[in-house]
Amino acid sequence: MAKGILGTKLGMTQVFNEDGHLVPVTIVRCEPNVVLQKKTIERDGYEALQLGFKDKRVTLANKPELGHLAKANTNPKRYVKEIAGKEMSNFEVGQEIGVNIFEDGEVVDVTGTSKGKGFQGVVKRHNQATGPMSHGSRYHRGPGSMGPIDPNHVRKGKKLPGHMGAETVTIQNLNIVKVDPERNLLMIKGNVPGPKRGLVVVRNAVKGSSVAPLDPQQYVKTQSAESEESTE
Amino acid sequence: MSQELIREVTQAQLRDDLPEFNPGDNVRVSVKIKEGNRERIQVFEGLVIKKQGSGISETFTVRKVSYGVGVERTFPVNTPSIHQIDVVRRGKVRRAKLHYIRGRSAKQSRIKERR
Repeated sequence: MAKGILGTKLGMTQVFNEDGHLVPVTIVRCEPNVVLQKKTIERDGYEALQLGFKDKRVTLANKPELGHLAKANTNPKRYVKEIAGKEMSNFEVGQEIGVNIFEDGEVVDVTGTSKGKGFQGVVKRHNQATGPMSHGSRYHRGPGSMGPIDPNHVRKGKKLPGHMGAETVTIQNLNIVKVDPERNLLMIKGNVPGPKRGLVVVRNAVKGSSVAPLDPQQYVKTQSAESEESTE
Repeated sequence: MSQELIREVTQAQLRDDLPEFNPGDNVRVSVKIKEGNRERIQVFEGLVIKKQGSGISETFTVRKVSYGVGVERTFPVNTPSIHQIDVVRRGKVRRAKLHYIRGRSAKQSRIKERR
């Protein structure tokens, strides 16, 4: 974990690569993050940057929050998160971090909160198999045996129905197809946890060295003179 | 708002150099095929039986009968690997998806020309 940025998931689409094949991409919007605090080894025992993302109304912030933000001289932020790592240490409090810390083709890990599924049975929650629906089986979607009778209790970790989803999920080794600093967008190959408009943290990959980075040249440039005109 | 942005991002990859065509038309699609570092063009000619999707994800399916075997190929409309599309014949049809053609003999699957 060395560098990272906070963003919101916008949704998914497809882009063409050089071979003319469609590649599924998730678009993550990262409006510039503001450095709110720098944690140092001398003072805090570890190195990290505290980033704030997305403005909120001043009335939603409490006094200690406002005092903390005054040091960085910014508006109150909806999301505040720490990104640990040395590589970011040359940023100072109050500075903005944009999508340009990443390059096309870089390998990243993306963390988000998955969509909540509510209270779910064992078939959906743990991918257990169903019993036969017919031939008088009388056992359709149940959780199976509770285990041996000898311990006189159900063993810990027995897979049972319960709440599913709405948990923190990290997907590792996703490729960045394109960085768009003008619109503050990251295009990440594949899917990313969470609903649209959900908060995601994009960090460079923990196991990045094991995956060959994409060649950015492989992807057709999505940004051209035409698209710039249309934005104006 | 966010959906607009997504459309905007893919806008630059959309192609406007291809002719307009619809289900029922006969088209000749020239596809670029890469073999190592050599590139050649393969032609696939047949009847457009459907168009699906919108924006960058739009695709169309071309059907032809090759040596008595029906062959269908689906292409993304905006893919850069399409070199050229020629509309050979414009057909008059009353539906958007011509799946009924599949079960028909050559004589039954004739489509009238649109004028």
